[in-house]
Amino acid sequence: MIKTDIIIIGAGPTGLFAVFEAGLLKLKCHLIDSLPQPGGQCAEIYPKKPIYDIPSRPEILAGDLVDQLMVQIQPFQPGFTLGETAQEIEKQADGSFVVTTDKGTQHHAPVVAIAGGLGTFEPRKPDLAHLTQWEDKGVDYIIREPEKYRDKKVLIAGGGDSALDWTIVLAEVAQSVTLVHRRNQFRGALDSVEKVQALKDQNKIQFLTPAQVTALGGDKHLSSVTVSREGSAVDHSVDYFIPLFGLTPKLGPIAHWGLEIEKNAIKVDNSLDYQTNIPGIYAIGDVNTYPGKLKLILCGFHEATLMCQSAFKRLYPEKRNVLKYTTVSGINGFDGSRKEAQKSTIKTIE
Amino acid sequence: MDIKITVIDREGITHQLDAPTDMAMNLMEVCKAYELPVEGTCGGMAMCASCQCYVLSDHPLEEKSEDEEAMLSEAFQVKENSRLGCQIRMDKKLEGLKVELAPE
Repeated sequence: MIKTDIIIIGAGPTGLFAVFEAGLLKLKCHLIDSLPQPGGQCAEIYPKKPIYDIPSRPEILAGDLVDQLMVQIQPFQPGFTLGETAQEIEKQADGSFVVTTDKGTQHHAPVVAIAGGLGTFEPRKPDLAHLTQWEDKGVDYIIREPEKYRDKKVLIAGGGDSALDWTIVLAEVAQSVTLVHRRNQFRGALDSVEKVQALKDQNKIQFLTPAQVTALGGDKHLSSVTVSREGSAVDHSVDYFIPLFGLTPKLGPIAHWGLEIEKNAIKVDNSLDYQTNIPGIYAIGDVNTYPGKLKLILCGFHEATLMCQSAFKRLYPEKRNVLKYTTVSGINGFDGSRKEAQKSTIKTIE
Repeated sequence: MDIKITVIDREGITHQLDAPTDMAMNLMEVCKAYELPVEGTCGGMAMCASCQCYVLSDHPLEEKSEDEEAMLSEAFQVKENSRLGCQIRMDKKLEGLKVELAPE
């Protein structure tokens, strides 16, 4: 069981900055995120897009913002459980919480801060009859282990980076790879597009555009995929169908934690500390709602800061604390590192 | 200067909206301002298709950008008249625009 002071659900900019503010109060944090890397939407959806409304940053790429936040919180040594979705929360007799992920990893802390943004990123599923029936029986939305497809017949659908990248990887592993896309244009890194072009030219993959998957068939396991192209439908014998149509956010399991939900967001007390209707559980950033709420990174930073002050009081009700300025007290990392302003020296000039 | 536009939501209910043309707003944002069920997940970067709509009137819309074309090619329930609301800028040429929200 992972033990910490604050479990932060969601490793986007708000969740990451909460680690810093908690660190100033000597509170340790552990972050859980369903994505395999920190950064949330900024890293997953638009790492190369510039953001213009971060105070003092006239322009910063979303990916760089995440990188800089990771540098900023490094002295406070946050723990990470990545690629796992926070599934269940259980209140303990002493008022603390145990959060369990979909893979069974358990986390224990007196305070939980939900910084889940738009929710968990789930694969977008194509509109195909009986699609769900074939899940785990030949239909995969996420490729975790390429070896699974060794010497198998694989059909990939999609026109973005992941469809291109996995076509390249699986072309080396699978018995055959067929790439199906609704049009001839692909949206991906130039390098990937060129690699797929080469694979096509060398007949190492089957390439079907403009085409669409229209039906799935099989007995106990998926065995055929119908692809419609230029008005005619052809059945392809396959072992696996992998639709890669990007990710879409869903509030996910936290919607069932007994929290007050309004308009797909968690209601919080914005007059005080962004606490939810369950004492000890806070919601900060895009995932919360209150009168006048704005979904902005800079508002998430503010909310994270107030949440940490409240969390401190909850953890140490007897301790007196005052706001400290980093210009005065510097940064005392949990790793023993120390950052502080240079002391001015007083010296006589003779 | 406001223009009047018509949006049919996913329940088939028709909404008449006054859309400002001087606030650099797009159709997705106007729908959100009126609390219509348009998510606008990506914030208007043509990267999620949650604001997909079918254009029912024959207004002269700007050509689709490469990004919009690409997103629509990956979206679901796409028709000939599909557009991403976030890519339709409110302009006085669009007085009387009529759209229907695409299914989620």
